[in-house]
Amino acid sequence: MRRSNYFLGAGLAVVLAGMATSAMAQAEIKIGEINSYSLLPAFTEPYRKGWQLAVEEINAAGGINGKKLVVISKDDGGKPADAQTAANELVSSENVAMLAGTFLSNIGLAVSDFANQKKVFFLAAEPLTDAITWSKGNRYTFRLRPSNYMQAAMLVEEAAKLPAKRWATIAPNYEYGQSAVAVFKKLMSEKRPDIQWVDEQWPPQGKIDAGPVVQAVAAANPEAILNVTFGADLVKLVREGNTRGLFKDRAVVSFLTGEPEYLDPLKDETPEGWIVTGYPWYSIKTPEHDAFLKAYQAKYNDYPRLGSIVGYQTIKSAAAILAKAGSTDPDKLIAAAEGLKVPSPFGDITFRKIDHQSTLGAFVGKTALKDGKGVMVDSVYRSGADYLPGDAEVEKMRPKE
Amino acid sequence: MAFYVAQFLTGLASAASLFLVASGLSIIFGVTRIVNFAHGAFYMLGAYVAFTLTEYFSGAFGFWGGIVAAALAVATLGVLVEIVLLRRIYHAPELFQLLATFGLTLMVEDLVVLIWGPSDLLGRRAPGFKGAVDFFGQSLPSYDLFLIVLGPAVLGILWLLFQRTRWGVLVRAATQDRDMVAALGVNQKWLFTSVFAVGVFLAALGGALQIPRDAVNHAMDLRIIVDVFVVVVIGGLGSIFGAFVAAVLVSELNAFGILIFPKISIILVFLVMAVVLIVRPWGLFGKREAPARRTPGLTVNPWRPLTSAERLAVCIALLAAAALPVIGGNYAVTVGSEIAIFVIFAISLHFLMAVGGLASFGHAAYFGLGAYGVAFLAKMAGLPMIACLLLGPLLGCLGAAVFGFFAVQLSGVYFAMLTLAFAQIVWSVAFQWVEVTGGDNGILGVWPERWASSPSHFYWLSLGIAALAAAGLRILVFSPFGFALRAMRDSPLRSEAVGINGKRVQWTAFVISGTVAGVAGALFAYLKGSVFPDNLGIPLSVDALVMVLLGGVETVSGGIVGAIVYKALNIWLVSQTDLSKLVLGGFIVLIVVAFPKGIVGTLEMIRHRHGGGSSEASSETRLMGSRIETAE
Repeated sequence: MRRSNYFLGAGLAVVLAGMATSAMAQAEIKIGEINSYSLLPAFTEPYRKGWQLAVEEINAAGGINGKKLVVISKDDGGKPADAQTAANELVSSENVAMLAGTFLSNIGLAVSDFANQKKVFFLAAEPLTDAITWSKGNRYTFRLRPSNYMQAAMLVEEAAKLPAKRWATIAPNYEYGQSAVAVFKKLMSEKRPDIQWVDEQWPPQGKIDAGPVVQAVAAANPEAILNVTFGADLVKLVREGNTRGLFKDRAVVSFLTGEPEYLDPLKDETPEGWIVTGYPWYSIKTPEHDAFLKAYQAKYNDYPRLGSIVGYQTIKSAAAILAKAGSTDPDKLIAAAEGLKVPSPFGDITFRKIDHQSTLGAFVGKTALKDGKGVMVDSVYRSGADYLPGDAEVEKMRPKE
Repeated sequence: MAFYVAQFLTGLASAASLFLVASGLSIIFGVTRIVNFAHGAFYMLGAYVAFTLTEYFSGAFGFWGGIVAAALAVATLGVLVEIVLLRRIYHAPELFQLLATFGLTLMVEDLVVLIWGPSDLLGRRAPGFKGAVDFFGQSLPSYDLFLIVLGPAVLGILWLLFQRTRWGVLVRAATQDRDMVAALGVNQKWLFTSVFAVGVFLAALGGALQIPRDAVNHAMDLRIIVDVFVVVVIGGLGSIFGAFVAAVLVSELNAFGILIFPKISIILVFLVMAVVLIVRPWGLFGKREAPARRTPGLTVNPWRPLTSAERLAVCIALLAAAALPVIGGNYAVTVGSEIAIFVIFAISLHFLMAVGGLASFGHAAYFGLGAYGVAFLAKMAGLPMIACLLLGPLLGCLGAAVFGFFAVQLSGVYFAMLTLAFAQIVWSVAFQWVEVTGGDNGILGVWPERWASSPSHFYWLSLGIAALAAAGLRILVFSPFGFALRAMRDSPLRSEAVGINGKRVQWTAFVISGTVAGVAGALFAYLKGSVFPDNLGIPLSVDALVMVLLGGVETVSGGIVGAIVYKALNIWLVSQTDLSKLVLGGFIVLIVVAFPKGIVGTLEMIRHRHGGGSSEASSETRLMGSRIETAE
């Protein structure tokens, strides 16, 4: 008796959950969006604002071929398995035309594998891992942000000009940190065979014990340091490093540190002169970006973070792909997306046919302190197209279909 | 040389931060026996409140006053939580309080983002301790020196408090034997409340003192909670001095370890704990736990096999569940598969906890090993799905056999923590051994074969295996082996006296439980099509624990209900709201208060009370129980 009730109850609950959202209007095109909203709010909140702005703009301009664009957004809690549950819900019960989003590399890969299996179009927004377009790439998956390799190549271009010969690295101990260091080392050593790598530190992501790490790097006495940590780890590293004088008279090259998400929390402790990739929204003077900035500030009364750009451009690109395809058939979407040129706040970008990577670039500049706040100065936009390996090399990396 | 001294001092500063938080946890556990999962949440709240206060009040007085005020404010909150929530459930089965504090932790994680916003916050530096001191060419932050002094100072104050005050005497007495303290007429309620307040104060102080060197953010609690548990266990439960030594040991090993193995930090504390517990089963300074007076077997309604009417009902329920693909869409059916898999996982742990009396905190290890077993066989050996499903769980079985052998030598929380350590070691292997396991990018493309690939086929497969597993484990419970296992749970001394080889029985149970968990993991790999180190991680182990406790640990099959309720609710909430943690946490707290014996446990109790005939019998067993208690 008892157990029959439980099973019935559970069954009913599941059925109800499935039916609650089944009534749908026909004049809509739906995009299913997944991101780590509860785990990484610092990045995903501005990201959400970004894509919401894009949806508003698209619908104000008449939607996609006359159909209203609707984005259904789900949280993955930072877990690949939950992201797949969400993807399945979006595809099976919401009947979305495509999937988009994700932040963490492993979640991006999990959803990309799901998309490949279920034959659904997937536009990865954030994940930086090179695997998603190369070694584990598939025909259903496209990626917007400049990859690890591209950001490393942009930084190497500047780093190679430094006189420093003794280098140390500090990176979070997971795939992103590992591959960032590996690519940076490889590209750097190609340009500068005279370089020595004197120390490497691998604190666990989110759990850096900064004091001993800083002390250990200082003991190796490098002339320059590559940093890949970000978020709370970066704050701790910078604070310890400042107090212990680690960054004095040393060049530092640092991934992502110029993004407002990671630079702003450093406030008056921002170290000066680091070579970083990022997004100096205050000093970009192009008409495309001005238009975006004005719209964003008018809607939210807040300044955009890099996440805002990524969210905005993800949905803008998705809409462009849907509009060109004129259909929600995955094969037509792929055909439409390959080689598609889309305007963006950073200028035109193209989704490459060869590996489905977009040519969205990043700004490379130096950190500085201004009125007690960290800013990026001398920043230059680097288009992603210039920092990708040759076609032959890319073809070798991608699995044959 | 100067460098090594500087590194040593830096390690000491890290140890001081760790010790402050750990000491609070140790005191709370020693007296109330609550595994306070919310300790990290109080630590984080301390940091957030201190951030707000120190931003508002400037100057040296504002800063230090703000730190202390923040700790006091959070301690007040702790008192509230103790009085309103925990007091109601002290008499619930062991570990049930963990469920309440877990619910609180979930809520706090969402609340801090709602209150303080999503960005990382940078607190002020401590006035007077902003710079560094030059030590033979090495810079040492003066704040580190402050912490190095503070750690032993707090240890000293606590020592005085425990040795020289009446309150301290009572706390020590309660740590040793709380029933005796109660029998002597001490008001336990306020003793527990005051102890909880002191513990939370220390946690919040530890958090507040981090603001000059950390970024205040909503993940601080998870960063610290596991580490402090480990420190407390290495030191020996209830031993403050032990916690101090353990904090120093762990921090120094980390400070010097990274010079040789830069990747050691990720696993170091768990390695240390595993080694310490294998060599010293009660931690460095802990004492053997006194045998518990209230044994679980005497507090539950006596177990009995299902009657034939009930068997029929279960079969009908199973048929109804099997009809889900008829009414539900693909998504509902896939969620159904996931729930069925988690039922298997939950009953495997339930078997170990309810029948064996062994609470594993690292059960995800065997789930994950089963999943990786399948992934290796399918991707590397290219075996067909049936073979993978049959052979994959053997990896879980093997893991359980190896780790179980060591774990069953211990008991209680030490057992739980050793299983946690093993699980983390397995996790870190999966995480680090990129060439074989793919690291945190996992192994992709483990999809089911055509015959099982449609959602409904896979659902029937999972449901069928779940039913088989549940039936098999129930048969075991009422077999001679099950009775031997229950005997070991209720009285190790007596069961050994009647000739039961207790450790071997427990080890066998551990292996069975691990293998069943491996079966769940194997199915999960095919459900998701991929395997990640997450499948071995602490959050999954905690989920399993929550499912079992939610169902009721004193029941035969409560895990089934716990898994269905928790998983269905979790999936539904995550899909419906971004504040799923807040709602889920609140729901768990409510359930804890409404169903203090778990859902099934409480329902059974109510049924028992209302069922006229059986009430006499149960009062008789209760009487018998009390007689046995006195005899013990």
